[in-house]
Amino acid sequence: MDFMVFQYPMITVQACLDGLLLGILFALIAYGMALQWGVMNIINIAQGDLVILGGYIAYFMYLYGIHPAWGVIVSPIIMYFIGVGIYKLVINKVVDRDLFISILATFGISILFMQLMNFAFGADVVLANSGYGTTMLFDNNVTLPNSKIFSAFVSIVFAICLVIYMKKSKLGRAIRATAQNARAAKILGVDTEKVYAATFGINAALCGVAGALISITFTIHPYMGLPYTIRSFMIVIVAGLGNLPGVAMSGMGLGVFEEFADYILGTEFRIGSVFLLLVLILVYRRFKLSRKREYLK
Amino acid sequence: MNKNLILYAVILIFGLTAPFVFPAFKVQLSILCVLIVLATTWNIQGGEMGYNTFGNILFYGLGMYLCASVQVGMFFPLAEWTESGGEKTFVHTPAQFFQGMAVGLVVAAVIPTIVAGLIGYAILGLRGHYFAICTLGLGVAAGEISGGIEIIGAGQGFTTPPFPNVGGLEARGEFFYFLSFGALVLTFLAVRAIYSTRFKLILNAIRDNEDKAEAMGIETMKYKIIGWMVSAFFCGLAGGIMGGLVGYIDSTDVAFDGREMGVFMVLMAILGGKGTLWGPIIGATVFHIFKEGFWTFFLGWQYVALGVLIVVIVIYFPEGIMGWLREKYPERFGEVIDEADRKAQVELK
Repeated sequence: MDFMVFQYPMITVQACLDGLLLGILFALIAYGMALQWGVMNIINIAQGDLVILGGYIAYFMYLYGIHPAWGVIVSPIIMYFIGVGIYKLVINKVVDRDLFISILATFGISILFMQLMNFAFGADVVLANSGYGTTMLFDNNVTLPNSKIFSAFVSIVFAICLVIYMKKSKLGRAIRATAQNARAAKILGVDTEKVYAATFGINAALCGVAGALISITFTIHPYMGLPYTIRSFMIVIVAGLGNLPGVAMSGMGLGVFEEFADYILGTEFRIGSVFLLLVLILVYRRFKLSRKREYLK
Repeated sequence: MNKNLILYAVILIFGLTAPFVFPAFKVQLSILCVLIVLATTWNIQGGEMGYNTFGNILFYGLGMYLCASVQVGMFFPLAEWTESGGEKTFVHTPAQFFQGMAVGLVVAAVIPTIVAGLIGYAILGLRGHYFAICTLGLGVAAGEISGGIEIIGAGQGFTTPPFPNVGGLEARGEFFYFLSFGALVLTFLAVRAIYSTRFKLILNAIRDNEDKAEAMGIETMKYKIIGWMVSAFFCGLAGGIMGGLVGYIDSTDVAFDGREMGVFMVLMAILGGKGTLWGPIIGATVFHIFKEGFWTFFLGWQYVALGVLIVVIVIYFPEGIMGWLREKYPERFGEVIDEADRKAQVELK
């Protein structure tokens, strides 16, 4: 236990800023999860692995001399097709089934991806150096890498674009209609199969964007996927499905929580504290609901 | 009934003579026994109660650490043991080893049971996939946290006491084989006894419709916690034995190994058939043979094969082997089929 973070205000500011910028990225991943959970009623354990895969796409562009920031454009395009492919192969067979089946099936996909990435890219921790430099604030007491500001900016732009797309476009309307009532949408001429495929593709594309940004700002590793899944799951259950401001807020809250846990408990407990927080949130909600004799569902 | 007795006698004789007939497979057979225990206890939750948990790995890992810690801590300072790592600064005498193992196994079974009782009230109130994700988080959190605790070896792992030099070269394998086979027999008898009581019917009622069961006056929460405690008892025991068998405990790769053991137990139960007594046993046996084949022939690609296997089993084979047999030969399971009714249903489809 180390409470130095509260004794020096500059460290507090540093932790808050880092947490907020990180949290925006989490919110982007969680938005994808909320989208496919709401539309298809599927919990995707492989979400984090899609993020890492997106990160490796940007990293490979960096290795071949292209600036990794272009990964923000390229990675979602590739990831969209990978997402549609996963849907056609596996997900479309579990859409109407029990949720646990989808959890287990995507768990299998997650293990598969983890290991394939391990073979393809090696088990080293890597990052794509964007060369953006850092900004110093408050008399050089707070350091802020420009890449983090860039990643937060790009995430916000993508989120806004997606919201507008969902509101205005024909496919967006079809997706929202399917989320409300798949059967009615089918009757009214929406090809739900296509909508599902597109939804999963968009989710994978969002993961691709987030992954590319993570490879620039942080590090990526083939086995780092599961914490991202758990984070996005946590954000979605705190915010609720289809509540975008809530997703953004709870994402940033989680980011700040993690930075403080990192300072106070030490880095080795960082991931553990995220998982414990998930358990605590679920238990808290369970007791809150049980007063009204309801339960989470 | 008579047929069953013969079956049990054959299995028992096979189990007791196996280490002498197949001496090369002793370790594999011991692991198989532990896997069957894990699959059978998972089935109490996932199959009979309808609560699909990824969290039984928590009790397994807890039992592993507890058994080894007690075995060392009874005679030597634990912190110095883990600090010295594999170097044998302290050596157990045979008497110390077996005493420590006995006490350790009791502790490894009892403490997880208490833990299950304590957290059960909070966790088992969640339903469906929230429960699944919550227990998944619990297992991973336990692995991450135990990987940061210095006294049990933190990241570098924990070497369990080596087997004392008694009874010749084969003694270690035979000892652990009979220990795990004993655990298997104990688990089987306990689960079989449970499945013949009202308790099983209550668990099935919870699976089929929990609200209705509650409305009928069953205190569902009480029975859910008891069911989880039974699982935790045997998972802890299996973990303690496995810790001694493997000889080395690592927080995320051996003890709280959600990626391997945590998924294996779910998969074995589903492969064999959820909600049957024999399903998990058959599933674990088939799975173990498959897995050893993968691990030998696809070395390096085993996780890829495992991922594909999970997807295929879950999507195309969710009823499991027992479910398939039941569909194929319903008479054997004591189900009477009304031909007219069946025809009518086929026509409806």
